[in-house]
Amino acid sequence: MTKNWPDNQLPVIARFEVRYRNYLAPDGAITRPPPAFASDIGLLVSLYRAMVLVRAFDLKAVALQRTGRLGTYAVSLGQEAVAVGVASAMRDEDVLLPSYRDNAAMIWRGVKLEEILLFWGGDERGNHSSGPVHDFPCCVPVGSQAPHAAGVAYAFKLRREPRVAVCLFGDGATSKGDVFEAMNFAGVHKLPVVFVITNNQWAISVPLRLQTASETLAQKAIAAGFIGEQVDGNDAVAMHAAATEAIAAARDGRGPRLIEAVTYRLGDHTTADDAARYRPPEEVQARWKDEPIGRLRAYLVGRNAWDKAKEEQLVAECQTRIAAAVERYLATGPRAPETMFDHLYATLPPVYAAQRRDVEENH
Amino acid sequence: MPQVTLIEAVNMALARAMADDAGVVVLGEDVGVNGGVFRATVGLQQRFGPERVLDTPLAELLISGLCVGLASQGLKPVGEIQFMGFIYPCVDQLVNHASRLRNRTQGRLSCPMVLRVPHGGGIRAPEHHSESTEAMLAHIPGLRVVIPSSPEHAYGLLLAAIRDPDPVVFLEPTRIYRAAKGEVDDDGVALPLDAAFVLREGRDVTLISWGAMVRETLAAADALDTEGISAEVIDLATLKPFDEDTVLASVAHTGRCVIVHEAARTGGFGGEIAALIAERGLTSLLAPIARVTGYDTVMPLPRLEQHYIPSVGRIVAAGRAACRFN
Ligand SMILES: Cc1ncc(C[n+]2csc(CCOP(=O)(O)OP(=O)(O)O)c2C)c(N)n1
Repeated sequence: MTKNWPDNQLPVIARFEVRYRNYLAPDGAITRPPPAFASDIGLLVSLYRAMVLVRAFDLKAVALQRTGRLGTYAVSLGQEAVAVGVASAMRDEDVLLPSYRDNAAMIWRGVKLEEILLFWGGDERGNHSSGPVHDFPCCVPVGSQAPHAAGVAYAFKLRREPRVAVCLFGDGATSKGDVFEAMNFAGVHKLPVVFVITNNQWAISVPLRLQTASETLAQKAIAAGFIGEQVDGNDAVAMHAAATEAIAAARDGRGPRLIEAVTYRLGDHTTADDAARYRPPEEVQARWKDEPIGRLRAYLVGRNAWDKAKEEQLVAECQTRIAAAVERYLATGPRAPETMFDHLYATLPPVYAAQRRDVEENH
Repeated sequence: MPQVTLIEAVNMALARAMADDAGVVVLGEDVGVNGGVFRATVGLQQRFGPERVLDTPLAELLISGLCVGLASQGLKPVGEIQFMGFIYPCVDQLVNHASRLRNRTQGRLSCPMVLRVPHGGGIRAPEHHSESTEAMLAHIPGLRVVIPSSPEHAYGLLLAAIRDPDPVVFLEPTRIYRAAKGEVDDDGVALPLDAAFVLREGRDVTLISWGAMVRETLAAADALDTEGISAEVIDLATLKPFDEDTVLASVAHTGRCVIVHEAARTGGFGGEIAALIAERGLTSLLAPIARVTGYDTVMPLPRLEQHYIPSVGRIVAAGRAACRFN
């Protein structure tokens, strides 16, 4: 009879670890020495301003939707630090591949507020993006932009360009093969790409525990052969630091990174959703104490870099900017119906000329 | 000029495109050292290096999605899927991204990619290796679906597909990869996309086909000829967008039409051609439009596949019936 060896006597052939990064406590206190850039108060103020802007913009967008002037819209309430932290770590020449909830990153990259409104208002002209011409539009089929990011990064590698592809998606997206296929390939070729999971705990009504049994989402990088790090996604300083490090490593040829930004979706999934159906309000209420804007404000106030007057001025500036964008959005005239044929092919095949004419004459 | 097989013509076109344009990148499963399961990419990795002739992990969605990313950066990716039965994970990327990247960015980004896929049965392959679901792809706005029927067409149309500024699915007729031989001049000259080819002029009936079925269709035209029936043979070549004018002109001339395809009948592309003729060529018809197609069954395993694939006899019978109708 063969002897049964206890499992713990089998040799260990690999060990893995996942690190967690946080610098600011929910009350704005320092939890561990922050990275050097944190002494650049101007930078932190710009992160703060960007978060406040997108929160106010989201509020306005929802109001427009509720009054029938915008289509379905996804707010990033409570998650602003993730997209802002990541986008602020990118260079212009890098390529952003965002998901539908990453307006904050797109705005940081130069996309105009009225363009975002046009897009969600159902007008393709919203995709005449004023952001970098090479950035991708926000992706609606969850996770399907991850292979694009790997392709973009492979192009950079092939051309020896010191550029990085930065791809954002949610926790639900990590359940898709697309995401793992892309990470696996990126690992094989040590591609200059950074994958960022905005883990807001929910994929519409499905909580993380029904999405995955894995302890962290960051560890999904381990199977793909590169570093995954978990970051406090409500800490803008930690997000900016993690993204800066990951992007620098990718740019230097040290391969891809995965960042799991742990945050919480304080709002409904979209304006078409009612989160109260599946999520107790007490849970949401309890998470408000972690939210990123108050936290960074408390830190800045503690450094004497922010005060009530500055806050009032910022709020007023945001309102003016948003109001002007809404005005431009609402004033945008209708689009000629036959333009649906524009940009379908580089040159419209003549066989479709009759269809285009039909639209022109009958609509 | 040398006689080459269709698969060799594909290889010649790939090599030519890669030599002409440093942005052309070939990727897929086993395309490198192994030269592809059908040997379409043989020798390319030795010549152009492993960065431009890339063995990908075994992940079809990835291959198509990488192509979108590469193409968005101005490269010209040519992805290979080993068999049509494995294209379905790519359909997500084709429908949602490749075919509409230009449109959804209002021209800011484009997707000049090619996805090469062996198409159809008749090679005694295992299950899932013999599918012909081109109609599904031809339904997608913004895509091009191209299928050659000879080595000359494979060379010229593949070059055109690679040079095209939009995404192209290039379906290669597996059954005639080696059976079709022809003289191909490696002159770098492309054939036109979106254009059907009149392979044989005729008076009495128009036979329309594409891909491997063109061989049986031409043989049927020969047979009909011995019966005194003069058949015109059209190779559609590009299914999306397809050359409506050539089809309508031919039917206007012959008054009769038989559409031949290997794919299952229901929802097959033959229905689209028949609808076009019904809409815009009805008055020239002297007989009902006939379709000779695969059956609405799963593509059978090798022992029955020759009964599924339209035979010369079935095409001849349809052509004869069309001509006798009054
Ligand atoms: C492939 C795909 N399946 C389903 C949907 C419908 N849908 C939209 S958002 C969503 C949940 C996504 O959750 P997650 O990835 O965590 O991102 P979040 O919305 O929380 O930011 C679903 C199922 C979709 N957009 N794409």
